[in-house]
Amino acid sequence: MFAYDFMINAFVAAAIVAVVSGLVGFFLVMRGQTFAGHALSHIGFAGATGAGLIGLSALWGLVGFTLAAGIVMGLLSERISNRDVAIGVVLALALGFGLLFLHYYTAFASQATALLFGNVLAVERGMIVTLGVLGAVTLAGLAVIMRPLIFASLQPELAEARGVPMRLVATAFLAVVALAVAECAQIVGVLLVFTLMVGPPAAAQRLTSGLWSGLIVSAALALAEAWGGLAIAFYTDWPVSFCIALLSAATYFAALALSGLGPRVALPDGEA
Amino acid sequence: MTPAVELERATLRIGGRTVLSDVSFAIRPGEFVGVLGPNGAGKTTLMRAILGLCPPAAGSLRVFGQAPRRGDAAIGYLPQVRTVLPDLRVRGLDFIGASLHGHRWGLPSLTAGERRMIAETLESVGARELADRPLSAMSGGERQRLLLAQALVGQPKLLLLDEPLIMLDARHQEVAIDVVRKVCRERGITVLFSAHELNQLLGAVDRVLYLGHGQAALGAIDEVVTAPVLSRLYGTEIEVLRAGGHIFVMSRGRDVEGGAHMHDHEHGHGHGH
Repeated sequence: MFAYDFMINAFVAAAIVAVVSGLVGFFLVMRGQTFAGHALSHIGFAGATGAGLIGLSALWGLVGFTLAAGIVMGLLSERISNRDVAIGVVLALALGFGLLFLHYYTAFASQATALLFGNVLAVERGMIVTLGVLGAVTLAGLAVIMRPLIFASLQPELAEARGVPMRLVATAFLAVVALAVAECAQIVGVLLVFTLMVGPPAAAQRLTSGLWSGLIVSAALALAEAWGGLAIAFYTDWPVSFCIALLSAATYFAALALSGLGPRVALPDGEA
Repeated sequence: MTPAVELERATLRIGGRTVLSDVSFAIRPGEFVGVLGPNGAGKTTLMRAILGLCPPAAGSLRVFGQAPRRGDAAIGYLPQVRTVLPDLRVRGLDFIGASLHGHRWGLPSLTAGERRMIAETLESVGARELADRPLSAMSGGERQRLLLAQALVGQPKLLLLDEPLIMLDARHQEVAIDVVRKVCRERGITVLFSAHELNQLLGAVDRVLYLGHGQAALGAIDEVVTAPVLSRLYGTEIEVLRAGGHIFVMSRGRDVEGGAHMHDHEHGHGHGH
């Protein structure tokens, strides 16, 4: 299958995106903000279709909208980013706007499926360079905030007392997530970003409880699922995103089964 | 000797509400002080003020002779509202490690010395095995010991423990108090230990600090836990009964501290397992 340029491009693009998604997603899962990540991708859909309407490229519409939305969510932090209902309403509104933009820019409609479900087989050289640069920026941002981010995620009250700028950290993190979501949507589409950003890290957290080992396993699983999905798609002719979604779900449930007893294992002996 | 914590005519406000008004007292270094009083009396606010998170609106507050600084390494803190995500698969070592230099930018890393320090601190509270166990697999008592170890890491001179006994059963409460008492005595650490119920702390504390009605009373149990003092602090007529080595603080025939405990659970401290 490596005889085809488009397959090689797809493998390279998928690798970049999978590693970024696996690493950023690890913290998304740790902070319990997976739904916020999902919402960001839907907002990105409105951005991408809106960009088409005014003649910009879909990727930059996606990046611009997710980034702006991530920063706004971070600034509203306490009030909105952890509230499922508020996020759900904004998510639905964003999808609605995406539909409206499509309605007025019908030439774009053929790309709607690619946006929603990804189209990794159409990735070109130029896009790979863009994804690589975006990915490097995303990971550099994550590296800068990682230490206070972990502290603020695990123990917000103590982190605040120790002088961690909580709102800045939360906002910077959602900006990082926004970039990762925009990249991830290029491969698996806005509707399926969970497959790379949540599935692998959630599975990794079942398999190991160390921080670095968790990050490594998460990135490795995302990479394996993305490449595995591409290979399966090549031989079966099923859509790539479906194959990745399938592997992601299978891996997560296998990890749950491996780690023993499903989602809850705590035995609160000291409860009053 | 410079007091560990000294308030002089201090007024503490939170969200426009005056919690403590014109309060003065001094806590001596090395003292184990039980902090008591009804809900909303200002136990948490006092600790946050000592941490430099809410400066006094009037008067002065000094910690070891200096104005409180946010992020003061000399203070170990165990907050009351402990947001522990229920399904967190982070092992104890990384959990504590995250709090070391947690305010600095960059990648997290632990030196061999820091790992040893964490292991030794866990050992000192009898919880060495928690270093490798994920948080989600720890019981309430184990989590509490982990948090206590975390508060002790970095050799603090002052320990602020905000309701560390919540969510523990009677046996674990006793163990927790003994551990704090022993470790802090050995290292000469000053302790402010807030609790709902006085009886848990009898025999462990040097003095008690009662807060209520914007006021504070610090002194030996026999001086402070009396009908006149507590009636003033609770703003209602209080009876103090002593029986069988226990002290009961009653208002119109009801145990006020027992009631306070029930009330706090309404705020849900993540005990829905």
